Amino acid sequence: MARGRAALWALAGLLGALSALFLFWQISGPVDFVLPLRATKLAALVLVGAATGIATVLFQTVAANRLLTPGIVGFDALFIFLQTGLVLMLGGLAVAGLPAFARFLGETALLMLAATALFGLLMRRDAGDVVRMILTGVILGVLLRGLAEMAQRLLAPSEYAVVQQAMFASFGAVERDQLAVAALVLALAGAAALRMAPALDVAGLGRPMARGLGLDHDRVVFLALALVAALVAVSTALVGPITFLGLLAASLGRVVAGSDRHALSLPAAALSGAAILVAGQVVFERLLGMQSTLAVLVEFFGGLLFLALVLRRRRG
Amino acid sequence: MIEVASLSYRAGPVPILHDIRLSLPAGGITALIGPNGAGKSSLLHCIAGLNRPAAGSVRIDGMDPFAVPDRTRARQVAILQQSPALASRLRVRELVAFGRWPHHGGRPGPEDAQATAAALAAFELDALADRPLDTLSGGQRQRAMVAMAHAQATPWLLLDEPLNALDPRHARDLMARLHALSRPGPGARSVVVVLHDINAAAIWADRVVAMKAGHVIAADSAARVLRPDLLEQVFDTAFEVIEHAGRRLVMTL
Repeated sequence: MARGRAALWALAGLLGALSALFLFWQISGPVDFVLPLRATKLAALVLVGAATGIATVLFQTVAANRLLTPGIVGFDALFIFLQTGLVLMLGGLAVAGLPAFARFLGETALLMLAATALFGLLMRRDAGDVVRMILTGVILGVLLRGLAEMAQRLLAPSEYAVVQQAMFASFGAVERDQLAVAALVLALAGAAALRMAPALDVAGLGRPMARGLGLDHDRVVFLALALVAALVAVSTALVGPITFLGLLAASLGRVVAGSDRHALSLPAAALSGAAILVAGQVVFERLLGMQSTLAVLVEFFGGLLFLALVLRRRRG
Repeated sequence: MIEVASLSYRAGPVPILHDIRLSLPAGGITALIGPNGAGKSSLLHCIAGLNRPAAGSVRIDGMDPFAVPDRTRARQVAILQQSPALASRLRVRELVAFGRWPHHGGRPGPEDAQATAAALAAFELDALADRPLDTLSGGQRQRAMVAMAHAQATPWLLLDEPLNALDPRHARDLMARLHALSRPGPGARSVVVVLHDINAAAIWADRVVAMKAGHVIAADSAARVLRPDLLEQVFDTAFEVIEHAGRRLVMTL
């Protein structure tokens, strides 16, 4: 634990240094214009990275699987599908006209319901069969993405614009009131996840052992999935889906924490996710001169890690 | 005292246990023997409150394991399951400490650390205490799991094939440890154990329950159950029972 805590502080220090670099390096132009702009972007990066990291660790624990992430099984696609469905039913103007806060909370609640129903069922049926679980998860992700795309084809172009706004990973166009709501949801969900940490440790032993120890495993899975849904809603609503970020954040977080205890691995994954995004943004904005997008970078390295993990698992 | 009354259990559509009636007095070691698929594990899981029976009831010292809160149940009865290898970076000490979960629910105190240390010492795991589980051999991992069930400090200890993957010395030591634990005295445990090694049952068990095809064939003292005719009926193969140096030995012919 002591080593893990030291690692957490080191990670927090690294994130602080990266943030300072992002804020103050290569300022050209009026400082009081550039700094607030950068601060907003930084806040979005940190929020999305932390939310994705925590969501992934939670999901992997209750799925008893280190390869699946909410992104891979299509949590974010489900979110976009719900949003599209909302626009389809209510009309784009009505949805865009809703107060941002109410709309976000409504969508989050809807995602929590749909996700716990869908993925709770999947986990109960296929728990223990890792290969089937991965296949079902990946196919479910593709199906949800396909459904979302089909629903988008049915939209009028002006209504599609309302959905599109939520769909593409972009840290450039984040609004400040959205950030405040996202920060609030992240804080609440993060605190709830940390409170659950000891129960999650037990759940990580697998359903049979956890039940033998007197843990209401189904309840923990349900709560964790609800938190995952809230956290995915935060990051998807802010910047759109980044499929492999969670895998990178959770894997890096576990290595840094050197432990599977959730009291360590949850904050470590949150810090890792934030650090990956901030570092990536610095590289792509200041070194690559905006030649690529951050999402592409993250997907590239995340995809490589996914392949490496799958291959290593095969051998082992 | 465990009382099982008219218990039937099915796994999905497949009936596994038929109208089991069984009563096990507290104290001592009860061995469950029987061929593969006899329903030994299923019965153990029903008693532990993990498999919900289709009919009938279970009482553990008067407690219905399906009616009480999960953690209350886990303070009364601990179960070692035949679990797939835990590919985890958990250390042995952390795993054993999980046995204290039903007592502290996430906030361990000094008495939990004490019980964990005692369990590690009892199963000679001190040298391995800081090793991650994925670096252990199958037998070492099995001992760590038994230590975890021991740390749960329940009056009833149910073990499903605990001798799996143990070498002769550790198998003997484990049975001797269980035997010592189950002698009368303060903190005595009642042990119910599924065994495939009939000789281990012959040497260590106070009572033997023989099962076949979801039925209990016999439940009595070890001397009365481990007879050639009864064993042949249960296992469909011929047995010879001999006495050697005051011990009863069972051999297939």
